Amino acid sequence: MRNIKYLLVGIIFGITFLKAEIISWFRIQEMFRFQSFHMYGVIGTAVIVGIISIQLIKRFKLKSIEGEAIVIPDKKFHKGQIIGGLLFGLGWAVTGACPGPLFAQIGAGFSVVLITLLSAIFGTWVYGLIREKLPH
Amino acid sequence: MLELIKQPWPWYVAGIIVGLTVPALLLLGNKKFGISSTLRHMCAACIPAKIPFFQYDWKKESWNLFFVFGITIGAFIGHTFLSNPETIVIKPDTIEDLKAIGVTQFNDLMPKDIFNWSNLLSLQGFVFIILGGFLVGFGTRYAGGCTSGHAIMGLSSLQWPSLVATISFMVGGLIMTHILLPLLINL
Repeated sequence: MRNIKYLLVGIIFGITFLKAEIISWFRIQEMFRFQSFHMYGVIGTAVIVGIISIQLIKRFKLKSIEGEAIVIPDKKFHKGQIIGGLLFGLGWAVTGACPGPLFAQIGAGFSVVLITLLSAIFGTWVYGLIREKLPH
Repeated sequence: MLELIKQPWPWYVAGIIVGLTVPALLLLGNKKFGISSTLRHMCAACIPAKIPFFQYDWKKESWNLFFVFGITIGAFIGHTFLSNPETIVIKPDTIEDLKAIGVTQFNDLMPKDIFNWSNLLSLQGFVFIILGGFLVGFGTRYAGGCTSGHAIMGLSSLQWPSLVATISFMVGGLIMTHILLPLLINL
């Protein structure tokens, strides 16, 4: 039951994804063609709100509602962020979706995206399988 | 009020809500915003196959599965009850560019001539629906995150590897859009 709150945050997030048309293949095309400010506005505003929020959480040493200290681990650089990042970018432009919007597209009735999601899960699985052999 | 909600939401409204997800998840339970990890948890839960990368207690991360289930329900609610009666407005330049490479349908969130079940077995459908999905899943895990984990959570917490990842996402997307897409769409 303690996970229901995350379901609720997800619902608000999903409604926003749909209503701001972030899940649209066309909005992603507009972004990669530099023909609309929309997606840059969404991501840019989100980052600014995120930066301010995290600074406030750190400044006031806020704890989670369960009393846990909030810790954000540092991300370590590795080559995967470039190679994997490029591969994801190729997939993002062709499917018009990053992982979040995949779920939202399915919810919005594009049932064939279920196959895209299964394929993405399979891609993750193959990464796990050959991970040791990849440059990091 | 309902009429206003049914209109497409402007970027600043969406940006603020998406941005607030970061502190919401931190304050609710010290959770880091990131969606592509759910794909890993699904692998760990369903097909771990003794692969070390999937040997961990995925149940401890199950909040993330609730979160994406919520995204699916939210999109369903948005689509069913809050749907915009007008067709989507796409920039004329984008429509012109896409028509030039062979896209024919512009009246929904996605081009239905490409993303439909009967196209699944064509080479074009294979690339857009199956190969594209594979690249999203493989690439995000290799990069250690996606648009949420790197571009939003990572940049919000001022981590430079996330900036490298975000730039790589953009470069990959630009290569696909401007070089590969015109070839792939005509498959």
